[in-house]
Amino acid sequence: MPVPQHLELFVDPSRCIGCQACVHACTECDTHRGDAMIHVEYVDRASSVQTVPVVCMHCEQPTCAEVCPADAIKRTGDGVVQSARKPRCIGCGNCVVACPFGVPELYIDRAIMMKCDMCYDRTSIGKKPMCATVCPSQALFFGTREQALALRPQSTPTHTFRFGEQTITTRVNVMVPRGPTAPSHVDVTAAMADRPHNRAMRLPVIDTRDPFAEVEV
Amino acid sequence: MAELPVDELAITRAFGPHLSAGTRGGTMEGPDKLVKTHCCFCGQQCGIQLKVRGNEVIGFEPWEDFPFNRGMLCPKGIKRYLQGSHPDRLVTALRRDPAAPGGFAAMPYDGAIAQVAREIARLQAQHGKAAVGVLGGASLTTEKTYLLGKFARVCLQTPYIDYNGRLCMVSAGAANKKAFGIDRTTNPWSDMVGTEVIWVAGSNVAECSPITTNYIWQAREQGAKVIVQDPRITPVARTCDLYLPVRPGRDAALFAGVLGLMIEHGWIDREFIAAHTAGFDQVEAYCKTWPAARTAEVTGVPERSLRAAAELWGTAKSSFLFHARGIEHHSNGVQNALGTINLVLASGRIGKPKSGYGTIVGQANGQGGREHGQKCDQLPGWRDITNPEHRAYIASVWKIDERDLPGPGVDAYEMFRKIDAGEIKGLVSICFNPKVSLPDNQFITRALGKLELYVAIDFFLNDTARHADIVLPGSLQEEDEGTVTQVEGRVIKINKAVECPGEARADWRILQDLAGALDRPHGFTFASPREIFEELRVASKGGVADYSGITYEKIDAQMGVFWPCYSHDPRTGAPAPDHPGTPRLFEAGSYNPVARGAGPFYFPDGKARFNVADYRAPVDDASEDYPIYLTTGRVVSQFLSGTQTRRIGPLVKQYPEPRIELHPRLAGKLGIADGDWTTCETRRGAITVRAMVVTTIRPDTVFIPYHWPGDKSPNRLTVAAQDPISKIPQYKVCGCRVRRADAPPGYAATLEPQQ
Repeated sequence: MPVPQHLELFVDPSRCIGCQACVHACTECDTHRGDAMIHVEYVDRASSVQTVPVVCMHCEQPTCAEVCPADAIKRTGDGVVQSARKPRCIGCGNCVVACPFGVPELYIDRAIMMKCDMCYDRTSIGKKPMCATVCPSQALFFGTREQALALRPQSTPTHTFRFGEQTITTRVNVMVPRGPTAPSHVDVTAAMADRPHNRAMRLPVIDTRDPFAEVEV
Repeated sequence: MAELPVDELAITRAFGPHLSAGTRGGTMEGPDKLVKTHCCFCGQQCGIQLKVRGNEVIGFEPWEDFPFNRGMLCPKGIKRYLQGSHPDRLVTALRRDPAAPGGFAAMPYDGAIAQVAREIARLQAQHGKAAVGVLGGASLTTEKTYLLGKFARVCLQTPYIDYNGRLCMVSAGAANKKAFGIDRTTNPWSDMVGTEVIWVAGSNVAECSPITTNYIWQAREQGAKVIVQDPRITPVARTCDLYLPVRPGRDAALFAGVLGLMIEHGWIDREFIAAHTAGFDQVEAYCKTWPAARTAEVTGVPERSLRAAAELWGTAKSSFLFHARGIEHHSNGVQNALGTINLVLASGRIGKPKSGYGTIVGQANGQGGREHGQKCDQLPGWRDITNPEHRAYIASVWKIDERDLPGPGVDAYEMFRKIDAGEIKGLVSICFNPKVSLPDNQFITRALGKLELYVAIDFFLNDTARHADIVLPGSLQEEDEGTVTQVEGRVIKINKAVECPGEARADWRILQDLAGALDRPHGFTFASPREIFEELRVASKGGVADYSGITYEKIDAQMGVFWPCYSHDPRTGAPAPDHPGTPRLFEAGSYNPVARGAGPFYFPDGKARFNVADYRAPVDDASEDYPIYLTTGRVVSQFLSGTQTRRIGPLVKQYPEPRIELHPRLAGKLGIADGDWTTCETRRGAITVRAMVVTTIRPDTVFIPYHWPGDKSPNRLTVAAQDPISKIPQYKVCGCRVRRADAPPGYAATLEPQQ
C-alpha cells in the first residue's frame, strides 16, 4: 500500500528541542537496527541551543537518484524516495556527496547507502513515521496539510528550496516563520550566511537584544 | 557497618553501572503482547506500550490513544526498556562481604529477610523503636508509598520516615497548602491551548518534562505569549516572547517587583481579590518595598523586562503560570512559590478553562507520592499527622490504637543528621540514592558509615546501596502494577509487563515479608496491589486528597481519573459510584468538603490566601571568595541520580559525563577554553569536569548537571541549606570559584567500566 498522498511530514526547526527522541526511536526500526536515519544537529551550540532535525526531504527529482550510477535509488509513486536497494547499491557514495540536504549516509562496513524512507513500513500501513509519532515538541509533525495549517498559524509550510542555481521541490515540508508575505521558497544558501546568536531566531520576540549584555563578570 | 566493603571501582566492576547491551534496535521476532502502561521516569507519565516476549521487555510502541502524550515520548521513555534483562539487575539478595568480588555475596532471599528482621528487632529492643528510620521515594507507585508509610508507623512504629520528594516537590506542596488548602495543579494541560500568556518560572521544560513543550508551543501557535524566567537560555527560552534572565536565588524579589508594577498600573483584579482571597493588603504593602529599580538591581533582570512582564501578565485575559525546581530548590523555596501564586491570585485568573497554575512534577509519582503518607508529617489522604481527628481516623482504618501511632518525624536530610548524631542506628531505604542526590553529599557518605544496620531495597546496586549490610532485590516498574498520579493530578495505572527475575520480589511483598519476619504482620497481609489500593481508598476518604471514588476499572475506562474523586457525594453523603473526578480545581460555584460551599478554595471560608512572599538572599551566596553562582539541574537523557539511565547505553552516549557550562565572557576572564578540564570549588569541596563554553547562560553563573556520583557529582559542591518550611535543599544556587584545572581528574585516567 502506498503512503496516502494527503499525509505529509512537516518539519519545524523552531520547535526542535534537541532531545534526540526521534534519533533514539529511529534506531528501533527493524530495517536498520541500531542505526538512526534521522539526525539532530546543533546549528552552533556555542551561541544557541537551536537544533535542527534532518530527515530525507523526499525530493520530486531526487539528486541522489540522478547521480546514482547503479540506479539503486527509487522514488515510489507515492513520492517516497526509498533507501538504496541492496542488490544494486555499489557503495560509491555519489549520493552522499550530491544530496543538497546532506541526508544519505554510506555504511562502509555494509558497503551500502542508507537513509530515511519516511518509515515506509509504518507509513504504508497507515501509521505515522516513528520520529513524528514520538517527537515531544512536534518539531516533526505528520498529518494533512489542513491539520498543519490549523495547528501552525504562525508559520507556512514550504517545500521549495533554492541552493544557488538549483531549485528543489520536496514531498517533505519545512515550516517557515510567517512574515508579511508567504515565502515562495527557502533560499538555503542565503540563510547559511546568517549565524544565529543566542536566541536570535527572527521570531516575534519582544526583546531581541543580548539578554546578558548588562551582566557583569 | 554501612561502610564500603571494598573500593568503589571494585564494586563498579562487579555491579555496574555497566551499559545495557547496546541499542538492541528492534527485533525481527515480534512481541507476544503489547502492554499499555506508562513511562517509569518523570512526572509527565507518558503512556507507552511495552513489547513483551516471554518474560522480557524487548521494545516499545507508542500509545497514541493516551490523551496526555498521544504517542509522544522523550529519549528516556524510548530506551527505558533496556533496563530490563540488564546485566546489573539484582536477582538475589546480597550481604556485605569484603572477601567477595565486588564486596557483596549472594544470599537466599528468605535468609536475608530473617536476618534483617533480627537486626531491626535487636536495634529496636536496645535503643527504642525510633532507632530505625525509613527512606522512600516518589518513583514508587502510590500503593507502595502508602504501604511504606504504614510499614514505618505500624510495623516499625518509628516516626522517622521521609522520602526523596523532599528534594523535589515540597516547596511547591507547602506553598499550595498555605495558599489554596490543596496541593495539585489546577487544570489539565489541554487547557493551555488558547490561553493568552504562559509564564514558565524556573523550569527547563524541554529537558526535564519534554512533552509539556508541545503544549506550551501549541498555545504559542494559537497566540499565547510565553515568558520564561531562568538563568539559562533553555530550549523553551530560545523562542519565548519575553526572557527574564534572573540571577540565581532572586525569584521572590522578581515576583514582588512585578506584582508591585501590576498594582501601580491597576493591572490586578480587585473584584476577585475582594471576593475570593484574604491577605492581599500585606502583600500589597510588601510589594511597595520592591520598586522596579531595586528589583532590577537585585534580580539582575533589566527594568524594561520587568515592566514588560508586568504588562504582559497584568493585562492578559487568560493565563497559566508554571514553576518547577528552578524556583523551588532554594532555602527560600516556599516563598518563591508563594510569589508566583500571588501573581496568579492578583490576576484573578484561576479556576477557569483557559487559566490556571501548576507545578511541574519531577518524579513519576511526585504527586501521588506526596499525598499518602511517606512524608514525615503526613498521613494518607494528605492528612496531618499532628491533627487528632486525622490520627484517629487513620488509626481506625489501620485497626490500631491511636496512641500507638507515632508523631511527626523529620525531613530526609535531618534524618542523616540524626544518623550522624547516633540517634538513628538502622535505616531501610528504597527508591532513594542520597549519596548522589543530597547536597554536600560527602557528609551523607560519612553519616552512612555510622549506621549499625543499613538495608537497601533496589533493582540495581545504586551508589548508596553500596554501603548496605543487606540488599534486598526489589522490582522494576514494569514488574508490578499499581497507580501513580501524574503532573496534572490524573491518577493512572501502571500495568505489569513481566515477572520479577530470580529471587527479586515486588517491593510491597518485601515490606510484608519483613513485617511477617518481625512477627508484626498485622496490616501487612495484602495479596495484591489492588487490595492495597482498596484500603488506600478508604484511608484517603474524607481527606483533601480523596481517592475514595477511584477504581482500577474507572482509571482504565477514563484513561485516568483526576483526584479528588469521591465515593460519596461530599454535599449529600449519597453514594456516587460514577463520580468522574475533578479535572479542574477552584471553578466558580464548585463545592469542596473543606469550604462546604463557602467558596472554591479549600479553606473553611472558601477563600484563597495571599502570603507575603519575602525575599531572602541565598545561604552561602556568591561572595568575594566564591564570586560565581553555581546552579545545578538535569539533562534530557539522564534522570535523577542515574541509577537507571546511567545503565542504558544510548542514553549514556548522548551525554556521557557532566560538563560545566559557562559564558565565553567568564571563560575568557578565567582563561578557560571549550573542552578544558575545569575545577569548580565551593566551601564543601571541588570537582573537575570539562568546560562547555556557551552564550546561553548568565555570565556570572555556571551550571553542572547532577546525575553522576563521586568525583563527578556537583552535589559535592552544593550547600545543605534548607527552606525553613519545606526543608527542600538549596540546590539551585551557592557561591563557587572556577579555574582551569591543573591536571585532568583521577577518573579521566581510570575509565569506569561503562566507558
